[in-house]
Amino acid sequence: MAEEILEAPNVVEYPFSRTTGPVVGAFLTALREGFVVGIKAADGSVIVPPVEYDPFTAEALTEIVEVADAGEVVSWAWVAEPLADQPLDRPFAWALIKLDGADTPMVHAVDTGGDPAGISTGSRVVARWRPPKPAGSDEPGPGLAEDPNPPRAYREGHILDIECFVPEAS
Amino acid sequence: MTDISLPERLRGAEPVRSIRTFARLEYAYTPGRAASRFLNQVTNKRLVGQRCPVCEKVYVPPRGSCPTDGVPTEDEVELGQSGTIVSFCVVNVPFMANLMEIPYVGALIQLDGADIPIMHLIQEVPYDQVHMGMRVEAVWLPDDEIGPTLESIVHFRPNGEPDAPYESYKDNA
Ligand SMILES: [Zn+2]
Repeated sequence: MAEEILEAPNVVEYPFSRTTGPVVGAFLTALREGFVVGIKAADGSVIVPPVEYDPFTAEALTEIVEVADAGEVVSWAWVAEPLADQPLDRPFAWALIKLDGADTPMVHAVDTGGDPAGISTGSRVVARWRPPKPAGSDEPGPGLAEDPNPPRAYREGHILDIECFVPEAS
Repeated sequence: MTDISLPERLRGAEPVRSIRTFARLEYAYTPGRAASRFLNQVTNKRLVGQRCPVCEKVYVPPRGSCPTDGVPTEDEVELGQSGTIVSFCVVNVPFMANLMEIPYVGALIQLDGADIPIMHLIQEVPYDQVHMGMRVEAVWLPDDEIGPTLESIVHFRPNGEPDAPYESYKDNA
């Protein structure tokens, strides 16, 4: 009798809960409210997402400022075969996007409808926002969800409150 | 932190203070040939270990070789459905994905005929009565739910026998 060699999925999961502090907390709060903020660095430039300390002088930064939800692709990588739990389930780009009003780029997904020709360095993209949570909705907040990857129907203070970026209508 | 200045639109908004950041690692685990044989026998409600030809210790679940002598363990030995608690832990900390009512007891159980213990759950006895030497027996899932996993044994429970003498499990105590 042939021996059957077994195999089984083995999933290890760490349900970390992280406090955000006032700076990253402000970034996530703004996302929930439907806009993007950065922070003024010591040299006057705007860092997005905001950081707590200046990357050059190490001094504590305090001035949260609003930036646009549209900007320019600085660099990108095409994901031909998206993995489970990535923001999109069809081919998309991970991109470094410098939002208007920001001096540093941030990473997010760009949906070009699956077409890699739809993105290029320097191309303009705009955020596609999830809808705000309706009053009285009992959708669990980010601190309550037991599901590691809950369906994010509404904005709740998470980087995926921006579902992804899309090419700006020309 | 009180000197953070916020844009107008953020003032008065309930601030986000924490987020859940799950780290998830997905493995495809293969137990290998020896443990696969063991688990496939579990499907038949049999617990089968392997004996080392040098030190004659019986390992369960078998790994296919003796860690002490470095030789293959091919001699299969069917073990009892009962065993002796050689060590135990009263668990008082609840954690996610674990629906056990606390406190509960996890124990190392030396199955009859084995030389090393397996870890399993002890139920059907108050947690504060569990002790070393206690004799316990496997409680299996209904036949149609049994598969190649030690979870086919729901738990172990006292089998009513008098405590095993310390000598019989001292190597694992
Ligand atoms: Zn040996």
